[in-house]
Amino acid sequence: MSIDTTAAPADEKYHGLTAEEIERLGTELDALRQRVIADLGEADAAYLRKVVKTQRSMEVAGRALFYLPVIGWLPAVACLSVSKILDNMEIGHNVMHGQYDFLGDPAFNSRMFDWDTVCPGEQWKYSHNYIHHTFTNIVGKDRDVGYGILRMDPEQKWHPYYLGNPLYAFLLMTFFEWGVALHDLEVENIVSGQRKLADNKPLYPGLLRKIRRQALKDYVLFPALTGPLFPLTFAGNVAANLVRNVWAFNIIFCGHFPAGVASFSEEETENETRGHWYLRQMLGSANIKGSRLLHLMSGNLSHQIEHHLFPDLPARRYPELAVEVQEICERYGLPYNTGRLHQQLWSVFKKICRYSLPGGEARVAPVRGPDAVTDDSLAA
Amino acid sequence: MSALISPPGPGRAGHVVQRLLRSRLAAALATPHGVDRYLERFNPMWAAHEVRARVVSVHHETPDAGGNAPVATLTLQPTSTWRGHRAGQHVLVGVELPGSAKRHTRAFSISSAASAPGEQFTLTIRAHDEGQVSSYLVREAQPGTLLHLSQAQGEFTLVESPATPTISRLLFITGGSGITPAMSMLRTLLRDGYDGHAGRRVTFLHFARSPEDQIFATELAEIAAADNGVDVHLRHGDQLFSEFELRRLVPDYRDTDTWLCGPPGLVELVKAAYDDGEPNPRLRMEFFKPAVARAAQPGEQVEGEIAFTRSGATVAASGASLLEQAEEIGLQPEFGCRMGICFSCTRTKTAGTVRNILTGEESSLPDEEIRICVTAAAGDCHIDL
Repeated sequence: MSIDTTAAPADEKYHGLTAEEIERLGTELDALRQRVIADLGEADAAYLRKVVKTQRSMEVAGRALFYLPVIGWLPAVACLSVSKILDNMEIGHNVMHGQYDFLGDPAFNSRMFDWDTVCPGEQWKYSHNYIHHTFTNIVGKDRDVGYGILRMDPEQKWHPYYLGNPLYAFLLMTFFEWGVALHDLEVENIVSGQRKLADNKPLYPGLLRKIRRQALKDYVLFPALTGPLFPLTFAGNVAANLVRNVWAFNIIFCGHFPAGVASFSEEETENETRGHWYLRQMLGSANIKGSRLLHLMSGNLSHQIEHHLFPDLPARRYPELAVEVQEICERYGLPYNTGRLHQQLWSVFKKICRYSLPGGEARVAPVRGPDAVTDDSLAA
Repeated sequence: MSALISPPGPGRAGHVVQRLLRSRLAAALATPHGVDRYLERFNPMWAAHEVRARVVSVHHETPDAGGNAPVATLTLQPTSTWRGHRAGQHVLVGVELPGSAKRHTRAFSISSAASAPGEQFTLTIRAHDEGQVSSYLVREAQPGTLLHLSQAQGEFTLVESPATPTISRLLFITGGSGITPAMSMLRTLLRDGYDGHAGRRVTFLHFARSPEDQIFATELAEIAAADNGVDVHLRHGDQLFSEFELRRLVPDYRDTDTWLCGPPGLVELVKAAYDDGEPNPRLRMEFFKPAVARAAQPGEQVEGEIAFTRSGATVAASGASLLEQAEEIGLQPEFGCRMGICFSCTRTKTAGTVRNILTGEESSLPDEEIRICVTAAAGDCHIDL
């Protein structure tokens, strides 16, 4: 295994697909997309409303159970954790992607919705919907590659700072909602001089307002409303936020960081066509296999590949799309990166540790054809 | 239908509940979603901020309309959040049409006299062939149907109170469904004790397609017959508006406070009669949404003008995306991916027809949110930009 950090030639990166093949791939995916759009309707609306109803009921139940001293505590934390996870993932993330804008319902409009975390939806949408989804896995452009904290790709130059990779990952997991909230301040770019501190000024009021409201609700008002049970309720709310943080971190890290997921350089992606963009999304994402419950609780981000191909289609459609996307991958000789949750997590964990040290495997994707490199070299 | 037609409304207990629900504490507990998102779980007629209404009754105004579009008056019980309306105002009504998950929102004039907070009011609606929402409301709405509302809005209102002596005479000129806001004003005047004997008369001039198509016919006949200082003049069919006739009815019409509401043809004629080189401040107007030129057929050369209504700029449609066309003429709308995935460039198209560049799909819905990076004009269109 060579330690080669120069960009792989485009044809290798794209699995030997010719320009025409890539365009045909794009046309096929566009057609797939169009078919789902034409079919959007009451079933999608009913599904979302059902999930929201479940989430709100869980939330109300969770808040109420804190009034039951001792025996109510664990069920309360469980309800509130589920509520926050559903709110952030299947509802918040997806609604703020504009997946349900077609409903014309202000309650589910991407421009008006905000989620139950300290990160203001308005700021997240910029770094996520625009930057991350447009420049997915382009090192230097997609700030979700390591989130400006971790080294997750050999293209990121090593520095002794990265010896702390596993520690930083653990801290990011624990304080995930805070990490997401501060992500938009682009601290790493300020350190490197690419961004001025003054550029952040317009972001502070919105950020502080959101933090104040969330903290007041979870750490002051609801605990205070339970009177003498204040400390228990306070601890319960901290616990629920923590459970959500750990879960969301793990699901999201399985989306782009398992072994075999490709990254790209800015040069490689210059003058990209729509077909190339689709291909980059497929190669740059990974799925998680699992039960319907896992898909629900992950906001269907267990179908990260489909999500990246069709970020604005309702996530409940991803499982049905996955069947056809897999078939397309097979036909074009493209990898379809998927695995069970523990496999993907283990793969991510190894990567976090590996890249804390200098070097790392070359980002050469297997070439299609007789002398193709096997997938094993990537999965190593 | 619903066990709870009336919200936790009037009465002292209701007031206390309302004040609690609108308190800062309630907002702080319900952040970031808001109190209404939780209340609606229990009963859609419970609200702290949003306005909804249930249909109480539907009255068909023109049962013998024949070939004409039918008209119905819907009596609505709003949630206690309704702040009431001034005569002449309209309200945005959102409905989820059967078989479509999409909520459609349209503006309708209120036909009943000025309402107090939480009070019932009526909408009188004509079922236009091309109007899905009006058709649904006239033909399918039933007692119990839930509607999403805005607060009352619009400045086409009865400004002076009937008791104000500055008004010596009032003139209403309306055509077709344009009678609705004027009817609200007339009803308000009569309800609140308008006294025509003090030398302040009301002239009500209305143009309808046919006697069968005349809405409020019975009530207008009663008003005309009563000794109340209101003159009602109804014109049907070929009897078009003429300045000559208006001068005969109201010799000093140009110095008379006038409310005009009707189709573009009527508005043009009346405006010409009033405007003496410059707009006459006595003439208050309410327009129906202007008709916008038809779309080009798919593949046909696009012709039309894009009006960026906020900036006041216009540009001829070229087939390029609205974002590119806006940038061409020096506007700087917000954008992101430029490929239709990030929703950063979402804007409202208030009128006209546009085509989705990715799918070729065309849409002529009013007040529609579009991503301007993947949308092009397919005819005249108005963009809130």
